[in-house]
Parts: sequence; structure tokens; C-alpha cells
Amino acid sequence: MIRVENLTKAFGPKLAVNNVSFTVERGEVLGFLGPNGAGKSTTMRMVTGFIPPTSGKITVGGHDMLENPLPAKRLLGYLPENAPGYADMTVHGFLSFAAELRGLRGAARKRAIDRVVEHCLLENVLYQTIDTLSKGYKHRTCLAQSLIHDPDILIMDEPTDGLDPNQKHDVRNLIKRMGENKAIIFSTHILEEVEAVCSRVIIIDRGRIVANGTPKELKARSPEGRLEDVFRAITLPDTVKAH
Amino acid sequence: MNSWANIMAIVKRELGGYFTSPIAYVFLVIFLLLTGFFTFTVGNFFERGEASLVSFFTWHPWLYLFLVPAVGMRLWSEERRLGTMELLLTMPVTTWQAIVGKFLASWLFLALALVFTFPVAVTVNWLGNPDNGVIFAGYVGSLFLAGSYLAVSCMTSAMTRNQVISFIVSVLICLFLILAGYTPVTDLLTRFANPRVVEVVAAFSVMTHFEGFQRGVLDIRDLVFFVSVIGFALFTTGVIIRNHRAG
Ligand SMILES: Nc1ncnc2c1ncn2[C@@H]1O[C@H](COP(=O)(O)OP(=O)(O)OP(=O)(O)O)[C@@H](O)[C@H]1O
Ligand SMILES: [Mg+2]
Repeated sequence: MIRVENLTKAFGPKLAVNNVSFTVERGEVLGFLGPNGAGKSTTMRMVTGFIPPTSGKITVGGHDMLENPLPAKRLLGYLPENAPGYADMTVHGFLSFAAELRGLRGAARKRAIDRVVEHCLLENVLYQTIDTLSKGYKHRTCLAQSLIHDPDILIMDEPTDGLDPNQKHDVRNLIKRMGENKAIIFSTHILEEVEAVCSRVIIIDRGRIVANGTPKELKARSPEGRLEDVFRAITLPDTVKAH
Repeated sequence: MNSWANIMAIVKRELGGYFTSPIAYVFLVIFLLLTGFFTFTVGNFFERGEASLVSFFTWHPWLYLFLVPAVGMRLWSEERRLGTMELLLTMPVTTWQAIVGKFLASWLFLALALVFTFPVAVTVNWLGNPDNGVIFAGYVGSLFLAGSYLAVSCMTSAMTRNQVISFIVSVLICLFLILAGYTPVTDLLTRFANPRVVEVVAAFSVMTHFEGFQRGVLDIRDLVFFVSVIGFALFTTGVIIRNHRAG
């Protein structure tokens, strides 16, 4: 469903993403791991069509994201980093707006809103404006927005960031369940999360893919069988200069 | 048809945004108070002893200079500050639809403010026999004048996430659009520069093109001027947004 070939993004002299290629099929949950500044968000922003790559090719559901973005974007649901939302809108207003841009009208729109409100547990804040929401609720509102059209492909940048332990658990289960018949990419800094939900993991470091495999395969690389050891062994913090 | 539906969804959201906050009402009140003040006090509406809205429309280029950027400054800067631009532009919406939707919503809002000045038109009709064709032309001109300023504000708001900067830059550009054809300035310029050059510069001024409307002349060239300013500023908005996304 998602095919990324030789994707590169330069910000000035800095290569944020360097020749990254991968594919995600339906039924797969791909986890992005990597230190801060590794290029996870930048990769996702390119896959969702928000920023154009310096070079490379992105195909989403058979549509080229650069040549023919609209059909590609229709298939996608996206939860950006920091879960943005229109501060002065109510949760309901915001979801209606998202639904409308997704081409949902009338009864279909109402059904879609009811469904995501139930999934993301938003009943209590439905008519509250977004700027008055707590961080977790704001996050769930944006998550709800990404699910409103029940997309085939989901891209989520740190979907469990800022959620309480119960919510983290619920969102993981949601991702896992949806992963059965969707193609999902999500990034996280929580290694257990990767083990719990991902069918495959990519570790990115300074713009490059440094590991790609099932959580099991990656764990097998460390003597103690711990993902954390593997992560620490193959990545360097952004603050360390490349040689 | 799909693109029109997207534009309408964005127009609805933006207009809703104006009216859920007190800003819209504050703006409308300030706009009406200022138009009243300029028309009746500074413009000597009654002392003129003529049934026309000259003293009303003359002030519009100056009035809009601050009021229109105040309406337009948040259009894109707010999207950038909140990060919602990333949401909006990853929806199945083109940048162009988003730009037009946002612009139309604010323009409609300004048109509404203009509609609320109808008591002024009623008053002249009650006091005398004005040429309502001239008044109508004045309103059309004023609407396009506001649209031009608004498109400029739209452009400056795409440049920055800071609304204050967006406002100031927008006021400066609009001020240039006024002064380039403002008689005291052009008179001064002709003393130093070639009158032909001054004339060319003045052709870029909203003053030169708004003047005809005030006299009741609907000249297609003046309309083309305003539509070009709007088109150019919105096109530039698109370029700025594209460059911003490319990083
Ligand atoms: N618009 C931009 N202009 C310049 N540099 C940028 C821009 N966006 C990202 N970068 C740089 O690209 C690199 C990758 O950033 P990115 O946000 O993709 O990292 P990340 O892996 O998502 O990190 P985190 O885990 O902290 O979210 C960083 O060094 C960042 O400073
Ligand atoms: Mg990130």
C-alpha cells in the first residue's frame, strides 16, 4: 500500500532523511524508532504529502504522491506530531470539518463522527473548544480526525505521546486491531510499544535506516534479547557529530 | 464540483471561527463607529449640503489600511503557529482551494461589515435625492478595495507564524498601494521625478483606481486592476506556502 523509494530530504546542507526505502502492505503495522532528530517526522511528512522530498518516489495505494496527490491523500489518515487542532473550534466542529473535507455528508458524516467519538472516548468533551482540552484529550481529538473516514492507510507520529497509561493501552490495542486490515506506520520512543503492536520495525538514525525487521529478529541481535540494547548499540544521539 | 465543496467547507469553518470569538463583533462595532466618525464628523457630511456618499467612501482606503490587515493577519500565520497547516494540507485539498476558501471567507466577512453601513445610504436618501447608481458603484469599489488589501494580508500572513509581523508588513504594503497614487504624494514626486514615471507608479495605486468608483464610473480597467492585485497576491501566497513546505 505504501512504497517509498530512495527518499531524501535536505534542509539546507543538512540531510534530514537520507536515501530511505521501505514498503508497507495491508495487514502490517510498521514501527519507526530512532533518536530525536533522526528524521522520523520528516519521513512521515513526506509520505503524507505535506513536504516535498528533495528526491525519491512515494507511492500510496498505487498513486504517486508527488504527481497525483489527491487520490493518494484520500486513502490516508494522518496524526501529525503534537496533534494540532484549531484552537477555537469545538471537538465536534473540528470533526465535522474533517469529515466534510473527506467528502462525508449528512447521515454518513454523523455516523463517522459517532464512531470515532466512541473509539477515542470523546463524549465528555464533544462541545468543548480544543484550546481548553487537556493534552491527552487534544491528542485523542486529533487521532479521531485521522480515523474519521476509516482510511486504508494510517500514519501516526507518536500516537501515544501524552496519554495516560490506560489511554496508551487503549490506543495500542486500537492500532493493533486496525492493523489487521490496514497499512499502518507509527513512530514512538517507547520500545515496549513496538514489541506490543508492530509486525515490523525500522530504526532510523541520522536520516538513514539502520535496522529493518520484525521485533523478534531485532531482539535476537542482543545477547540478552532486549530491544533497548539493540537500539542503543546501533543509534547515536543527534548531538554526536557524524564522522 | 468536488473542489467547490472543499472551498465551501473551508469558507464555513473560517466564518464560523470569526463568529465564535468576540473578535468579529468587536471588529464590526469598531468598523461602524469609525465609518460614522469619518463620514459625519471629519468628512463634514452635513455641511457639504449635497446628497452623496463622497465623504463616506473617501475614507475607505485609510480606514481599511488598519482594519483589513486586522482581519487577514491570522489567516495563514495561525495555521502555521498551531500546526494545523499540516493537517489541512494533508487532507485531499489543494493548496489553491485552501487559499481561495480562506480568502473568500474573510472577504464575505468584510462584505458583511460593509452591508451594515446601509443606514448611511438610507440617510442620504432620506435627506435628499442622491444618485443611487453612484452609491452602488462606490460600494462595489469599496468591496474590491477591501479584497485587494485582504489578499495582501493573506500573502503576508503566509510569510510568518507571527500575527503581529503579518499585520505590520501588510499595513506597510497597503500604505504603499495608497501613497503611490495619493495626490499630495504624487504632487511632491513630480517636483523631483519625471511626471511619466510618477504616472506609471500611480497606476499601481488603489487610489487611482478607486477614484472612478467614487464618481460612479464602473470602468472595466479599474476592475481589472483590483482583480489583478487579488490574483497576484493570492498566487504569491501559494508560492510562499510551497516554499515554506519545501523547507
Ligand atoms: N523545516 C525544517 N527546517 C530545517 N530543518 C528541519 C526542518 N524540519 C526538520 N528539520 C531537521 O531535520 C532533522 C529530523 O527532524 P525530525 O523532526 O524528522 O526528527 P524526528 O525523528 O521526528 O525526531 P523526534 O523524535 O524528536 O520527533 C532534525 O535535525 C531537524 O532539526
Ligand atoms: Mg518527530
